[in-house]
Amino acid sequence: MNQLLDLLRRNARQSNADLAAQISSSEEAVASQIAAWEEDGTIRGYRAMIDPALDGDDDVTAFIEVKLTPERGGGFDRLARRISRFEQITSCYLISGGYDLLVMVEGKDLLSVAAFVSEKLSTIEGVISTATHFRLKSYKEKGFIFGENSGASRLPVTP
Amino acid sequence: MDIDSKLATHLQTIPRSGIRDFFELVIGRDDVISLGVGEPDFATPWSIREAAIYSLEKGETSYTSNLGLLSLRVKISEYVDDFFHVSYDAHSEVLITVGVSEALDLALRALLNPGDEVIYHEPCYVSYSPSIVMAHGVAVPVATTKEDGFSLKPNALAAAITSKTKIVMLNFPTNPTGAVASKEDLEGIAKLCVEHDLIVLSDEIYSELRYDEQEHVSIATLPGMRDRTILLHGFSKAFAMTGFRLGYACAPAPLIEAMMKIHQYGILCAPITSQAAALEALSGGHDLYAPMKNEYHQRRDFLVGRLNGMGIDCHCPGGAFYVFPDIRRFGLSSKDFALGLLEAEQVAAVPGDAFGKSGEGFLRCCYATGMDDLKAAMDAMERYIGTLS
Repeated sequence: MNQLLDLLRRNARQSNADLAAQISSSEEAVASQIAAWEEDGTIRGYRAMIDPALDGDDDVTAFIEVKLTPERGGGFDRLARRISRFEQITSCYLISGGYDLLVMVEGKDLLSVAAFVSEKLSTIEGVISTATHFRLKSYKEKGFIFGENSGASRLPVTP
Repeated sequence: MDIDSKLATHLQTIPRSGIRDFFELVIGRDDVISLGVGEPDFATPWSIREAAIYSLEKGETSYTSNLGLLSLRVKISEYVDDFFHVSYDAHSEVLITVGVSEALDLALRALLNPGDEVIYHEPCYVSYSPSIVMAHGVAVPVATTKEDGFSLKPNALAAAITSKTKIVMLNFPTNPTGAVASKEDLEGIAKLCVEHDLIVLSDEIYSELRYDEQEHVSIATLPGMRDRTILLHGFSKAFAMTGFRLGYACAPAPLIEAMMKIHQYGILCAPITSQAAALEALSGGHDLYAPMKNEYHQRRDFLVGRLNGMGIDCHCPGGAFYVFPDIRRFGLSSKDFALGLLEAEQVAAVPGDAFGKSGEGFLRCCYATGMDDLKAAMDAMERYIGTLS
Protein backbone atom coordinates (compact mmCIF):
# COMPACT_ATOMS: atom_id res chain seq x y z
CA MET A 1 0.00 0.00 0.00
CA ASN A 2 1.05 3.56 -0.64
CA GLN A 3 2.87 4.94 2.42
CA LEU A 4 0.69 8.03 2.67
CA LEU A 5 -2.54 6.04 2.37
CA ASP A 6 -1.27 3.68 5.02
CA LEU A 7 -0.59 6.57 7.40
CA LEU A 8 -4.05 8.01 6.77
CA ARG A 9 -5.67 4.63 7.24
CA ARG A 10 -4.09 4.38 10.68
CA ASN A 11 -4.72 7.97 11.72
CA ALA A 12 -6.39 10.45 9.39
CA ARG A 13 -6.20 13.31 11.88
CA GLN A 14 -2.51 14.01 11.46
CA SER A 15 -1.57 17.36 9.98
CA ASN A 16 -0.16 17.44 6.48
CA ALA A 17 3.13 18.67 7.95
CA ASP A 18 3.36 15.62 10.23
CA LEU A 19 2.40 13.28 7.40
CA ALA A 20 5.01 14.84 5.15
CA ALA A 21 7.73 14.49 7.78
CA GLN A 22 7.10 10.76 8.09
CA ILE A 23 7.50 10.05 4.41
CA SER A 24 10.21 12.62 3.66
CA SER A 25 7.87 14.66 1.51
CA SER A 26 6.66 18.25 1.59
CA GLU A 27 3.48 19.58 3.09
CA GLU A 28 2.39 20.86 -0.32
CA ALA A 29 2.99 17.52 -2.03
CA VAL A 30 0.99 15.72 0.65
CA ALA A 31 -1.88 18.22 0.39
CA SER A 32 -2.10 17.92 -3.37
CA GLN A 33 -1.89 14.11 -3.28
CA ILE A 34 -4.71 13.95 -0.74
CA ALA A 35 -6.77 16.40 -2.77
CA ALA A 36 -6.24 14.22 -5.85
CA TRP A 37 -7.39 11.11 -3.98
CA GLU A 38 -10.43 12.93 -2.66
CA GLU A 39 -11.16 14.08 -6.19
CA ASP A 40 -10.83 10.67 -7.85
CA GLY A 41 -12.70 8.89 -5.04
CA THR A 42 -9.78 6.85 -3.69
CA ILE A 43 -10.46 8.59 -0.38
CA ARG A 44 -14.20 8.51 0.29
CA GLY A 45 -14.19 10.23 3.64
CA TYR A 46 -12.81 10.33 7.17
CA ARG A 47 -14.38 9.03 10.34
CA ALA A 48 -13.58 8.10 13.91
CA MET A 49 -13.31 4.50 15.06
CA ILE A 50 -15.73 4.40 18.00
CA ASP A 51 -16.16 1.56 20.45
CA PRO A 52 -19.93 0.88 20.31
CA ALA A 53 -19.92 -0.24 23.93
CA LEU A 54 -18.76 3.19 25.04
CA ASP A 55 -20.55 5.61 22.72
CA GLY A 56 -23.49 6.07 25.09
CA ASP A 57 -26.34 4.93 22.87
CA ASP A 58 -28.17 1.63 22.55
CA ASP A 59 -28.12 1.20 18.78
CA VAL A 60 -28.24 -2.33 17.51
CA THR A 61 -26.36 -3.77 14.59
CA ALA A 62 -27.35 -6.80 12.57
CA PHE A 63 -25.49 -8.82 9.99
CA ILE A 64 -27.89 -10.13 7.41
CA GLU A 65 -27.24 -12.89 4.92
CA VAL A 66 -29.24 -12.23 1.78
CA LYS A 67 -29.86 -14.64 -1.07
CA LEU A 68 -30.67 -13.03 -4.40
CA THR A 69 -31.80 -14.09 -7.84
CA PRO A 70 -29.09 -12.96 -10.25
CA GLU A 71 -30.26 -11.08 -13.33
CA ARG A 72 -29.33 -11.69 -16.91
CA GLY A 73 -26.75 -9.16 -18.03
CA GLY A 74 -26.00 -7.62 -14.65
CA GLY A 75 -25.62 -10.49 -12.19
CA PHE A 76 -26.09 -9.15 -8.68
CA ASP A 77 -25.01 -5.57 -9.37
CA ARG A 78 -28.30 -3.79 -9.85
CA LEU A 79 -29.97 -5.41 -6.86
CA ALA A 80 -26.93 -5.00 -4.64
CA ARG A 81 -26.67 -1.30 -5.45
CA ARG A 82 -30.38 -0.84 -4.86
CA ILE A 83 -30.18 -2.55 -1.49
CA SER A 84 -27.09 -0.63 -0.39
CA ARG A 85 -28.89 2.69 -0.91
CA PHE A 86 -31.04 2.19 2.21
CA GLU A 87 -29.64 4.48 4.84
CA GLN A 88 -30.16 1.79 7.50
CA ILE A 89 -27.57 -0.31 5.68
CA THR A 90 -24.05 0.67 6.69
CA SER A 91 -22.11 -1.96 4.73
CA CYS A 92 -22.97 -4.27 1.90
CA TYR A 93 -20.70 -6.91 0.38
CA LEU A 94 -21.14 -9.44 -2.39
CA ILE A 95 -19.53 -12.60 -1.14
CA SER A 96 -18.89 -16.17 -2.15
CA GLY A 97 -20.38 -19.16 -0.34
CA GLY A 98 -23.83 -20.11 0.84
CA TYR A 99 -25.48 -16.73 0.24
CA ASP A 100 -24.88 -13.71 -1.93
CA LEU A 101 -24.89 -10.46 0.03
CA LEU A 102 -23.66 -9.74 3.52
CA VAL A 103 -25.42 -6.63 4.72
CA MET A 104 -24.85 -4.70 7.92
CA VAL A 105 -27.85 -2.85 9.28
CA GLU A 106 -27.94 -0.35 12.13
CA GLY A 107 -31.10 0.62 13.95
CA LYS A 108 -32.14 2.25 17.18
CA ASP A 109 -33.52 -1.04 18.54
CA LEU A 110 -34.27 -4.63 17.68
CA LEU A 111 -37.78 -3.89 16.50
CA SER A 112 -36.74 -1.24 14.05
CA VAL A 113 -34.16 -3.56 12.47
CA ALA A 114 -36.67 -6.40 12.35
CA ALA A 115 -39.21 -4.10 10.72
CA PHE A 116 -36.66 -2.95 8.16
CA VAL A 117 -35.77 -6.53 7.25
CA SER A 118 -39.29 -7.83 7.03
CA GLU A 119 -40.89 -4.81 5.38
CA LYS A 120 -38.18 -3.37 3.18
CA LEU A 121 -35.35 -5.78 2.52
CA SER A 122 -37.10 -9.13 2.16
CA THR A 123 -39.91 -7.70 0.06
CA ILE A 124 -37.62 -6.47 -2.71
CA GLU A 125 -38.18 -8.45 -5.86
CA GLY A 126 -35.22 -10.75 -6.41
CA VAL A 127 -34.51 -11.24 -2.69
CA ILE A 128 -35.04 -14.95 -2.11
CA SER A 129 -34.32 -15.12 1.61
CA THR A 130 -32.66 -13.36 4.54
CA ALA A 131 -31.07 -14.57 7.79
CA THR A 132 -30.52 -11.93 10.46
CA HIS A 133 -27.79 -12.12 13.12
CA PHE A 134 -27.65 -9.47 15.82
CA ARG A 135 -24.33 -8.26 17.09
CA LEU A 136 -23.83 -8.95 20.79
CA LYS A 137 -20.39 -7.47 21.32
CA SER A 138 -17.60 -5.96 19.24
CA TYR A 139 -14.06 -7.19 19.75
CA LYS A 140 -12.25 -5.75 16.77
CA GLU A 141 -13.07 -3.55 13.82
CA LYS A 142 -10.81 -2.47 10.98
CA GLY A 143 -7.75 -3.42 12.99
CA PHE A 144 -8.82 -1.61 16.16
CA ILE A 145 -9.28 -3.84 19.19
CA PHE A 146 -12.17 -2.80 21.43
CA GLY A 147 -12.79 -3.25 25.11
CA GLU A 148 -9.30 -3.69 26.47
CA ASN A 149 -6.43 -1.42 27.14
CA SER A 150 -2.99 -2.94 27.19
CA GLY A 151 -2.00 -3.51 30.79
CA ALA A 152 1.63 -3.79 29.78
CA SER A 153 3.93 -0.93 30.50
CA ARG A 154 7.58 -0.40 29.78
CA LEU A 155 10.14 0.99 32.15
CA PRO A 156 10.61 4.69 31.37
CA VAL A 157 14.36 4.42 30.75
CA THR A 158 16.21 1.29 29.60
CA PRO A 159 19.57 0.73 27.91
CA MET B 1 31.54 -6.07 58.66
CA ASP B 2 32.91 -3.91 55.90
CA ILE B 3 31.09 -5.46 52.96
CA ASP B 4 32.70 -3.09 50.46
CA SER B 5 36.15 -4.47 51.22
CA LYS B 6 34.86 -7.95 50.47
CA LEU B 7 33.69 -7.11 46.97
CA ALA B 8 35.81 -8.19 44.02
CA THR B 9 38.30 -5.45 43.17
CA HIS B 10 37.60 -5.38 39.46
CA LEU B 11 33.88 -5.00 40.15
CA GLN B 12 34.53 -1.95 42.33
CA THR B 13 36.24 -0.20 39.43
CA ILE B 14 33.03 -0.32 37.37
CA PRO B 15 31.11 2.94 37.79
CA ARG B 16 27.37 3.11 38.28
CA SER B 17 25.45 3.03 35.03
CA GLY B 18 24.55 6.49 33.69
CA ILE B 19 21.32 5.02 32.39
CA ARG B 20 20.45 3.86 35.88
CA ASP B 21 21.16 7.31 37.31
CA PHE B 22 18.85 8.85 34.78
CA PHE B 23 16.22 6.16 35.30
CA GLU B 24 16.05 7.06 38.98
CA LEU B 25 15.36 10.67 38.11
CA VAL B 26 12.54 9.73 35.77
CA ILE B 27 10.87 6.95 37.74
CA GLY B 28 8.03 8.12 39.93
CA ARG B 29 7.24 11.16 37.80
CA ASP B 30 3.82 11.20 36.22
CA ASP B 31 3.05 12.10 32.63
CA VAL B 32 6.57 11.80 31.34
CA ILE B 33 6.90 11.27 27.60
CA SER B 34 9.85 8.97 27.38
CA LEU B 35 12.26 8.81 24.48
CA GLY B 36 14.54 6.94 26.85
CA VAL B 37 13.37 3.40 26.26
CA GLY B 38 15.65 1.00 24.43
CA GLU B 39 13.01 -1.45 23.31
CA PRO B 40 10.15 -1.63 20.79
CA ASP B 41 6.84 -0.03 21.76
CA PHE B 42 5.00 -2.81 19.94
CA ALA B 43 3.87 -5.91 21.78
CA THR B 44 5.32 -9.10 20.33
CA PRO B 45 3.29 -10.07 17.22
CA TRP B 46 0.33 -12.16 18.28
CA SER B 47 1.27 -15.28 16.31
CA ILE B 48 4.53 -15.44 18.30
CA ARG B 49 2.78 -14.92 21.64
CA GLU B 50 0.22 -17.54 20.64
CA ALA B 51 2.97 -20.04 19.84
CA ALA B 52 4.42 -19.49 23.33
CA ILE B 53 1.01 -20.05 24.91
CA TYR B 54 0.44 -23.18 22.83
CA SER B 55 3.83 -24.53 23.86
CA LEU B 56 2.83 -24.09 27.51
CA GLU B 57 -0.53 -25.72 26.86
CA LYS B 58 1.22 -28.76 25.44
CA GLY B 59 3.26 -28.97 28.62
CA GLU B 60 6.61 -28.00 27.11
CA THR B 61 8.14 -26.91 30.40
CA SER B 62 11.39 -28.84 30.54
CA TYR B 63 15.06 -28.03 30.02
CA THR B 64 16.32 -28.14 26.47
CA SER B 65 19.72 -29.13 25.15
CA ASN B 66 22.40 -26.76 26.52
CA LEU B 67 22.83 -25.39 23.02
CA GLY B 68 19.08 -24.87 22.66
CA LEU B 69 16.37 -26.80 20.79
CA LEU B 70 17.86 -28.38 17.69
CA SER B 71 14.75 -27.42 15.70
CA LEU B 72 15.37 -23.78 16.59
CA ARG B 73 19.08 -23.99 15.83
CA VAL B 74 18.22 -25.43 12.41
CA LYS B 75 15.82 -22.52 11.81
CA ILE B 76 18.41 -20.02 13.01
CA SER B 77 21.02 -21.55 10.73
CA GLU B 78 18.63 -21.22 7.77
CA TYR B 79 17.65 -17.68 8.71
CA VAL B 80 21.26 -16.54 9.16
CA ASP B 81 22.19 -18.11 5.84
CA ASP B 82 19.31 -16.36 4.11
CA PHE B 83 19.56 -12.98 5.86
CA PHE B 84 23.29 -12.53 6.54
CA HIS B 85 24.54 -14.83 3.74
CA VAL B 86 26.84 -16.86 5.94
CA SER B 87 26.48 -20.55 6.81
CA TYR B 88 26.72 -22.19 10.23
CA ASP B 89 26.20 -25.82 11.18
CA ALA B 90 23.11 -26.08 13.40
CA HIS B 91 24.68 -28.93 15.41
CA SER B 92 27.95 -27.34 16.40
CA GLU B 93 28.10 -23.68 15.42
CA VAL B 94 24.95 -22.15 16.95
CA LEU B 95 24.36 -21.46 20.66
CA ILE B 96 21.04 -20.12 21.94
CA THR B 97 21.45 -17.73 24.85
CA VAL B 98 19.50 -15.53 27.23
CA GLY B 99 19.60 -12.44 25.05
CA VAL B 100 22.60 -11.11 23.14
CA SER B 101 23.87 -9.78 26.47
CA GLU B 102 24.56 -13.29 27.71
CA ALA B 103 26.17 -14.29 24.42
CA LEU B 104 28.45 -11.27 24.60
CA ASP B 105 29.43 -12.07 28.16
CA LEU B 106 30.11 -15.72 27.27
CA ALA B 107 32.28 -14.76 24.32
CA LEU B 108 34.37 -12.35 26.39
CA ARG B 109 34.80 -14.81 29.25
CA ALA B 110 35.66 -17.61 26.84
CA LEU B 111 38.37 -15.60 25.13
CA LEU B 112 39.98 -13.17 27.56
CA ASN B 113 42.96 -13.68 29.78
CA PRO B 114 43.62 -10.95 32.35
CA GLY B 115 45.12 -7.93 30.60
CA ASP B 116 43.91 -8.77 27.10
CA GLU B 117 42.62 -5.68 25.34
CA VAL B 118 39.23 -5.36 23.69
CA ILE B 119 38.60 -2.53 21.26
CA TYR B 120 35.09 -1.23 20.72
CA HIS B 121 33.61 1.84 19.10
CA GLU B 122 31.98 4.48 21.22
CA PRO B 123 29.28 5.81 21.89
CA CYS B 124 28.12 2.27 22.49
CA TYR B 125 25.74 0.07 24.36
CA VAL B 126 26.17 0.47 28.11
CA SER B 127 27.23 -3.11 28.85
CA TYR B 128 30.31 -3.31 26.64
CA SER B 129 32.92 -1.78 28.90
CA PRO B 130 31.63 -3.41 32.14
CA SER B 131 31.35 -6.82 30.44
CA ILE B 132 34.97 -6.57 29.30
CA VAL B 133 36.14 -5.54 32.77
CA MET B 134 34.11 -8.31 34.44
CA ALA B 135 35.88 -10.77 32.13
CA HIS B 136 39.21 -9.31 33.36
CA GLY B 137 39.94 -7.66 30.04
CA VAL B 138 41.00 -4.10 29.34
CA ALA B 139 38.36 -1.95 27.66
CA VAL B 140 39.76 0.20 24.84
CA PRO B 141 37.11 2.54 23.47
CA VAL B 142 37.62 4.23 20.10
CA ALA B 143 35.64 7.44 19.79
CA THR B 144 33.53 7.85 16.66
CA THR B 145 32.24 11.16 15.39
CA LYS B 146 29.09 12.64 13.98
CA GLU B 147 31.09 13.68 10.91
CA ASP B 148 31.84 10.00 10.21
CA GLY B 149 28.21 9.08 10.87
CA PHE B 150 29.44 7.36 14.07
CA SER B 151 30.92 4.55 11.99
CA LEU B 152 34.23 2.98 13.03
CA LYS B 153 36.92 4.12 10.61
CA PRO B 154 39.71 1.61 9.90
CA ASN B 155 42.45 4.19 10.61
CA ALA B 156 40.95 4.92 14.04
CA LEU B 157 40.87 1.19 14.75
CA ALA B 158 44.46 0.76 13.52
CA ALA B 159 45.65 3.45 15.94
CA ALA B 160 44.14 1.57 18.90
CA ILE B 161 45.59 -1.86 18.11
CA THR B 162 48.46 -2.99 20.33
CA SER B 163 50.25 -6.30 20.88
CA LYS B 164 47.72 -7.00 23.65
CA THR B 165 44.63 -6.53 21.50
CA LYS B 166 42.61 -9.72 21.20
CA ILE B 167 39.08 -8.73 20.29
CA VAL B 168 37.32 -6.05 18.28
CA MET B 169 33.69 -5.51 19.19
CA LEU B 170 31.35 -4.12 16.57
CA ASN B 171 27.71 -3.08 16.82
CA PHE B 172 26.14 -1.92 13.56
CA PRO B 173 23.46 -0.61 13.46
CA THR B 174 24.50 0.98 16.72
CA ASN B 175 22.70 1.63 19.96
CA PRO B 176 22.69 4.65 20.77
CA THR B 177 23.54 6.40 17.48
CA GLY B 178 21.71 4.33 14.86
CA ALA B 179 25.00 4.31 12.94
CA VAL B 180 25.68 1.83 10.16
CA ALA B 181 29.07 0.89 8.76
CA SER B 182 29.70 1.04 5.03
CA LYS B 183 31.00 -2.05 3.28
CA GLU B 184 34.28 -0.19 2.65
CA ASP B 185 34.75 0.53 6.35
CA LEU B 186 33.95 -3.08 7.23
CA GLU B 187 36.45 -4.28 4.63
CA GLY B 188 39.12 -2.04 6.12
CA ILE B 189 38.31 -3.31 9.62
CA ALA B 190 38.33 -6.92 8.40
CA LYS B 191 41.74 -6.46 6.80
CA LEU B 192 43.17 -5.16 10.07
CA CYS B 193 41.64 -8.04 12.02
CA VAL B 194 43.22 -10.59 9.67
CA GLU B 195 46.55 -8.76 9.71
CA HIS B 196 46.67 -8.62 13.53
CA ASP B 197 44.99 -11.99 14.06
CA LEU B 198 42.07 -10.56 16.04
CA ILE B 199 38.69 -12.04 16.92
CA VAL B 200 35.60 -10.00 16.06
CA LEU B 201 32.54 -9.94 18.28
CA SER B 202 29.83 -8.56 16.06
CA ASP B 203 26.61 -7.59 17.83
CA GLU B 204 24.14 -7.31 14.96
CA ILE B 205 20.94 -7.22 17.02
CA TYR B 206 19.51 -4.30 14.99
CA SER B 207 20.40 -5.72 11.58
CA GLU B 208 16.82 -6.12 10.34
CA LEU B 209 16.12 -2.48 11.17
CA ARG B 210 18.01 -0.90 8.26
CA TYR B 211 16.28 1.85 6.35
CA ASP B 212 16.51 3.57 2.96
CA GLU B 213 16.42 0.20 1.19
CA GLN B 214 19.98 -0.50 2.31
CA GLU B 215 20.92 -4.10 2.90
CA HIS B 216 22.71 -5.06 6.08
CA VAL B 217 26.26 -6.33 5.57
CA SER B 218 27.72 -8.61 8.23
CA ILE B 219 31.48 -8.55 8.70
CA ALA B 220 31.31 -12.36 8.91
CA THR B 221 30.70 -12.48 5.16
CA LEU B 222 33.96 -10.72 4.27
CA PRO B 223 37.03 -12.70 3.16
CA GLY B 224 38.85 -14.42 6.01
CA MET B 225 36.30 -13.29 8.60
CA ARG B 226 33.92 -16.19 9.15
CA ASP B 227 36.55 -18.16 11.05
CA ARG B 228 37.40 -15.29 13.38
CA THR B 229 33.95 -13.78 13.93
CA ILE B 230 31.37 -14.48 16.59
CA LEU B 231 28.10 -13.26 15.10
CA LEU B 232 25.63 -12.25 17.81
CA HIS B 233 21.97 -11.83 17.06
CA GLY B 234 18.61 -12.29 18.72
CA PHE B 235 14.90 -11.69 18.66
CA SER B 236 14.42 -8.67 20.92
CA LYS B 237 14.47 -5.80 18.45
CA ALA B 238 13.11 -6.88 15.08
CA PHE B 239 10.47 -9.18 16.55
CA ALA B 240 9.74 -6.99 19.59
CA MET B 241 10.57 -9.83 21.96
CA THR B 242 12.74 -8.12 24.59
CA GLY B 243 10.99 -9.78 27.53
CA PHE B 244 11.48 -13.25 26.06
CA ARG B 245 15.25 -12.78 26.58
CA LEU B 246 16.44 -14.79 23.62
CA GLY B 247 19.60 -14.37 21.58
CA TYR B 248 22.15 -16.54 19.85
CA ALA B 249 25.77 -16.77 18.84
CA CYS B 250 27.04 -18.21 15.57
CA ALA B 251 30.73 -19.03 15.33
CA PRO B 252 33.20 -21.78 14.47
CA ALA B 253 32.64 -24.91 16.58
CA PRO B 254 35.62 -24.52 18.97
CA LEU B 255 34.41 -21.04 19.97
CA ILE B 256 30.82 -22.21 20.46
CA GLU B 257 32.08 -25.18 22.47
CA ALA B 258 34.06 -22.86 24.75
CA MET B 259 31.12 -20.51 25.23
CA MET B 260 28.84 -23.47 25.84
CA LYS B 261 31.06 -24.59 28.72
CA ILE B 262 30.28 -21.39 30.61
CA HIS B 263 26.66 -21.29 29.50
CA GLN B 264 25.91 -24.86 30.65
CA TYR B 265 27.13 -24.26 34.19
CA GLY B 266 25.76 -20.76 34.59
CA ILE B 267 22.46 -20.87 32.74
CA LEU B 268 21.92 -24.47 31.60
CA CYS B 269 19.68 -23.44 28.74
CA ALA B 270 17.53 -20.59 27.51
CA PRO B 271 13.85 -20.84 28.58
CA ILE B 272 11.96 -23.35 26.47
CA THR B 273 8.86 -21.13 26.14
CA SER B 274 10.97 -18.39 24.62
CA GLN B 275 12.55 -20.87 22.26
CA ALA B 276 9.10 -22.03 21.13
CA ALA B 277 8.15 -18.40 20.50
CA ALA B 278 11.35 -17.83 18.54
CA LEU B 279 10.58 -20.79 16.28
CA GLU B 280 7.36 -19.05 15.30
CA ALA B 281 9.17 -15.71 14.86
CA LEU B 282 11.54 -17.27 12.33
CA SER B 283 8.69 -19.07 10.56
CA GLY B 284 7.00 -15.70 10.05
CA GLY B 285 10.27 -13.89 9.39
CA HIS B 286 10.17 -10.68 7.42
CA ASP B 287 6.37 -10.52 7.25
CA LEU B 288 6.18 -10.30 11.03
CA TYR B 289 8.61 -7.41 11.50
CA ALA B 290 8.05 -5.49 8.26
CA PRO B 291 5.03 -3.48 9.53
CA MET B 292 6.99 -2.37 12.62
CA LYS B 293 10.05 -1.55 10.58
CA ASN B 294 7.91 0.53 8.25
CA GLU B 295 6.63 2.58 11.19
CA TYR B 296 10.11 3.05 12.63
CA HIS B 297 11.23 4.33 9.27
CA GLN B 298 8.44 6.92 9.18
CA ARG B 299 9.15 7.99 12.74
CA ARG B 300 12.86 8.33 12.05
CA ASP B 301 12.15 10.63 9.12
CA PHE B 302 9.74 12.62 11.27
CA LEU B 303 12.19 13.01 14.14
CA VAL B 304 15.24 13.87 12.03
CA GLY B 305 13.14 16.38 10.09
CA ARG B 306 11.73 18.04 13.18
CA LEU B 307 15.07 18.21 15.03
CA ASN B 308 16.96 19.70 12.11
CA GLY B 309 14.01 21.97 11.41
CA MET B 310 14.22 23.49 14.89
CA GLY B 311 17.96 23.95 14.56
CA ILE B 312 19.24 20.88 16.40
CA ASP B 313 21.83 19.20 14.23
CA CYS B 314 20.91 15.55 13.87
CA HIS B 315 22.51 13.09 11.47
CA CYS B 316 20.10 10.72 9.76
CA PRO B 317 20.87 7.26 11.14
CA GLY B 318 20.70 4.28 8.80
CA GLY B 319 19.37 1.79 11.33
CA ALA B 320 18.10 0.75 14.76
CA PHE B 321 15.49 3.04 16.41
CA TYR B 322 17.56 5.85 17.83
CA VAL B 323 18.53 9.31 16.74
CA PHE B 324 21.50 11.00 18.36
CA PRO B 325 21.14 14.77 18.00
CA ASP B 326 24.05 17.13 18.65
CA ILE B 327 23.15 19.60 21.42
CA ARG B 328 26.61 21.14 21.88
CA ARG B 329 25.61 24.54 20.54
CA PHE B 330 23.42 25.14 23.59
CA GLY B 331 26.48 25.19 25.84
CA LEU B 332 25.06 22.65 28.29
CA SER B 333 26.37 19.22 29.18
CA SER B 334 24.25 16.32 27.96
CA LYS B 335 23.12 15.69 31.49
CA ASP B 336 22.10 19.29 32.16
CA PHE B 337 20.29 19.52 28.84
CA ALA B 338 18.40 16.28 29.53
CA LEU B 339 17.59 17.30 33.10
CA GLY B 340 16.36 20.70 31.94
CA LEU B 341 14.15 19.05 29.32
CA LEU B 342 12.76 16.68 31.93
CA GLU B 343 12.11 19.46 34.46
CA ALA B 344 10.64 21.94 32.01
CA GLU B 345 8.68 19.69 29.68
CA GLN B 346 8.46 16.21 31.24
CA VAL B 347 10.25 14.71 28.26
CA ALA B 348 12.92 12.10 28.98
CA ALA B 349 15.82 11.55 26.60
CA VAL B 350 19.01 9.88 27.73
CA PRO B 351 22.18 12.03 28.04
CA GLY B 352 24.72 10.87 25.44
CA ASP B 353 27.52 10.47 27.97
CA ALA B 354 25.68 7.46 29.42
CA PHE B 355 27.03 5.67 26.31
CA GLY B 356 30.65 6.68 26.81
CA LYS B 357 32.67 9.88 26.93
CA SER B 358 32.38 10.52 23.21
CA GLY B 359 28.61 10.67 23.62
CA GLU B 360 28.95 13.90 25.58
CA GLY B 361 27.21 16.74 23.80
CA PHE B 362 24.56 14.44 22.36
CA LEU B 363 21.23 13.02 23.39
CA ARG B 364 19.77 9.60 22.65
CA CYS B 365 16.18 9.85 21.52
CA CYS B 366 14.48 6.52 20.91
CA TYR B 367 11.67 6.54 18.37
CA ALA B 368 10.20 3.23 19.45
CA THR B 369 7.37 5.40 20.77
CA GLY B 370 4.00 6.24 19.21
CA MET B 371 3.71 9.15 16.78
CA ASP B 372 1.49 11.18 19.10
CA ASP B 373 4.14 11.09 21.81
CA LEU B 374 6.90 11.83 19.32
CA LYS B 375 5.02 14.89 18.09
CA ALA B 376 4.37 16.09 21.61
CA ALA B 377 8.02 15.46 22.52
CA MET B 378 9.26 17.46 19.53
CA ASP B 379 6.91 20.35 20.31
CA ALA B 380 8.22 20.27 23.87
CA MET B 381 11.83 20.17 22.68
CA GLU B 382 11.23 23.20 20.49
CA ARG B 383 9.73 25.14 23.40
CA TYR B 384 12.61 24.06 25.64
CA ILE B 385 15.42 25.14 23.33
CA GLY B 386 13.59 28.43 22.86
CA THR B 387 14.27 29.12 26.53
CA LEU B 388 17.97 28.31 26.22
CA SER B 389 19.31 30.75 23.69
